[in-house]
Amino acid sequence: MSTTHTKDHAAHGHDEHGPAKGILRWLTTTNHKDIGSMYLVFSLVMFLVGGTMALIIRAELFMPGMQLVDPGFFNTLTTVHALVMVFGAVMPATVGLANWMIPLQIGAPDMALPRMNNFSFWLLVSAFTLLILSLFVPGGGPSAGWTLYPPLVLQTGDALPLAIFAIHLAGASSIMGSINIIVTIMNLRAPGMSLLKMPLFVWTWLITAYLLIAVMPVFAGAVTMLLTDHFFHTTFFAASGGGDPVLYAHIFWFFGHPEVYIMILPAFGIVSEIIPTFSRKPLFGYDAMVYATASIAFLSFIVWGHHMFTVGLPLAGEMFFMMSTMLIAVPTGVKVFNWTATMWRGSLSFEPPMLFALAFLFLFTIGGFSGLMMAIAPVDFQYHNTYFIVAHFHYVLVPGAVFAIMGGVYYWLPKWTGHMYDMKLAKWHFWLSTIFVNVLFFPQHFLGLAGMPRRIPDYSTQFTDWNMVSSIGGFAFGLSQLLFVYLVWKCVKGGARASAEVWEAHPKGLEWTVPSPAPYHTFAEAPLVK
Amino acid sequence: MKKMVKHALAAGAALTVLASAPALAGWTDVNLRQGVTEISREIYSLHMLTLWICVAIAVAVFSVMIYSIATFRKSKGAVPATFDHNTKAEILWTVIPVFILVAMAIPAAKTLVKIDDSRGSELTIKATGYQWKWQYEYVDQGISFFSSLARSSDEARELRSGIDPNSVENYLLDVDHPMVVPVGKKIRVLVTAADVMHAWWVPDFAIKKDAIPGYINELWFRAEKVGVYRGQCTQLCGRDHGFMPIVVVVKPQAEYEAWIAEQKKARQAAAPSAAGVARLTAPNDHHDETTLRVANAE
Repeated sequence: MSTTHTKDHAAHGHDEHGPAKGILRWLTTTNHKDIGSMYLVFSLVMFLVGGTMALIIRAELFMPGMQLVDPGFFNTLTTVHALVMVFGAVMPATVGLANWMIPLQIGAPDMALPRMNNFSFWLLVSAFTLLILSLFVPGGGPSAGWTLYPPLVLQTGDALPLAIFAIHLAGASSIMGSINIIVTIMNLRAPGMSLLKMPLFVWTWLITAYLLIAVMPVFAGAVTMLLTDHFFHTTFFAASGGGDPVLYAHIFWFFGHPEVYIMILPAFGIVSEIIPTFSRKPLFGYDAMVYATASIAFLSFIVWGHHMFTVGLPLAGEMFFMMSTMLIAVPTGVKVFNWTATMWRGSLSFEPPMLFALAFLFLFTIGGFSGLMMAIAPVDFQYHNTYFIVAHFHYVLVPGAVFAIMGGVYYWLPKWTGHMYDMKLAKWHFWLSTIFVNVLFFPQHFLGLAGMPRRIPDYSTQFTDWNMVSSIGGFAFGLSQLLFVYLVWKCVKGGARASAEVWEAHPKGLEWTVPSPAPYHTFAEAPLVK
Repeated sequence: MKKMVKHALAAGAALTVLASAPALAGWTDVNLRQGVTEISREIYSLHMLTLWICVAIAVAVFSVMIYSIATFRKSKGAVPATFDHNTKAEILWTVIPVFILVAMAIPAAKTLVKIDDSRGSELTIKATGYQWKWQYEYVDQGISFFSSLARSSDEARELRSGIDPNSVENYLLDVDHPMVVPVGKKIRVLVTAADVMHAWWVPDFAIKKDAIPGYINELWFRAEKVGVYRGQCTQLCGRDHGFMPIVVVVKPQAEYEAWIAEQKKARQAAAPSAAGVARLTAPNDHHDETTLRVANAE
């Protein structure tokens, strides 16, 4: 068995196989576990940075009138909050989990392209250094919204090239990460692990990686055109020179819609690992889950117009995008039904990973419903660019993607550190997060329906009550996350020893056959999968 | 587990208290309005239809989830089954949603066709978005003016102005010169922008269209009730995006005509002194109209 091999291997004590010492270990590492950890820590830092921006936003919106920030800086906050959370927190977190878990789950010794893996990570750090720097240059940070729509974005000061280069670097990092993941999955699976035997997390990441490779270059192209419009007098997006601002919106959302699935598909994968384990029952409809994921990925390429129902699409275009968008409900529904059927007649226990997966199941579904409502084009004329959409995408991204990521961390943390974490604290973190995420985002549905536009720093007085509730929820949710930081830190430092299996629910999968903490090198010889 | 339930109950109670207090003001604070046009009412009923379908599905799905969580617990000695698929169920829950979606799509498509049909309009107004105000041009009447945030709101919205927004009437939703239209008439609005993208939205008419430099978008409404209807720019357009509201005053035909006459008179009075710039309230109008050169009218 693999376990014995790894143990033997470690017993030899080859120096060159252990981690280097000090800072160099982290700068030069090509080890998937080190790189995975760095991605996860980076993501957590960005989550706190982006969260702090969100709290300033919520503080300004606590009551009508301008109390704290200039409206221009408010726009910078909403813009950079989104960029940081999307490209700095959620995506790197799933990449970190992929780095840690894909080799362990498919019985590979490491990622297929370890040096490129290191490069991907440090490029990402450079990207965010640039983006954060852009806040301090003349003209202020980028403030045209994360969609960077021209002509507005061309009014940005010196921050524009910094932000665009940041996006280029982050994009290059994502593309390299995706290539690495695809090559690893395609070539380094243990003997006997056919594609349809792969864990769902591996499957969802395989599909996500293809999405990334397909759309990141498109986005890079769009922002490059912004750059030449700004500095080299091209007029790709300027009507005065025969260009077209709507073209940018089309290109952006051709990237942007798959991008939202890039954030949610790995989350689906994590939840598909956790629910069967703590239901003590195999995942219901494994094949259907794989096909549903692939269908969602395919559909993501033909629905971008639903972000643009108000730009003046022709009638036929609105019809097409309305109906293709509604279709997404079918494979997404299949997934939700399958998770539910997995729990049906299972034997459930409620450890922290399961709690987060369950919250995901309920709250992501709510986000799915509001998504379906917005697919209805004529009604979307009322919802578009109001707080209703803000509520929708925060539901799918926070109690959706972020909760799944946290569930994943709670699931695998003992495997990484070799220590059990403080269960009681984890449950506190869960309940506080779950309650306050709803206090934070549910009232935003009401605000949107009542007519409050998004991206405004101040509002008419009839919106006061729900904004106050939302802000209170925001601060409580934000502060609750400090528990998580403390818990993870404590678990890294020490705690009760975790067994190889970690959970008494006997989780399935190769990652549970190696000891906890997972040795620096695992699966030097491939395990055999029946 | 007992502890968890206790936590949940406490949390639920807190949430109910939090949630119920501001909700007393009535449904209009938490739901879409019906509005004052045929289209807006259709959109409202589409919204309610979809909402109730979602609620029904949610009740069904969440019940099964909650039942599973409550019943199949290891702590209650539940023994796990071993099944991992059920072809019949899987076909059912793939096919049934398709039918539900079709049922939703048909009325939605009908409304969409109606919204698209701007033929037979009785008055055309061009709305141009600027950073950060609107310009309204009554194409056939030769009337044109700018519409900016009302002064009372503008003073109160300054950073730490010391003015309580609650003391300002229609805070942030009031303008100096509203658009005026006759009741019961089909009004066509041509929407465009002179600098960056904006969007023109009046919730009571259930219409929203982006105002895009180089494009002329079209929308229409037929207000059935006299009144003042307020909306806002809904496309991020820079620093003062939140401060360029839209106000439409719907008047009886006679009052509308009187307003038109008054505007024309004022314009004539202003014309000689304004050296050819035939605008009522545009002292700082330095924008170049040629941005519309490549206008792409559909």
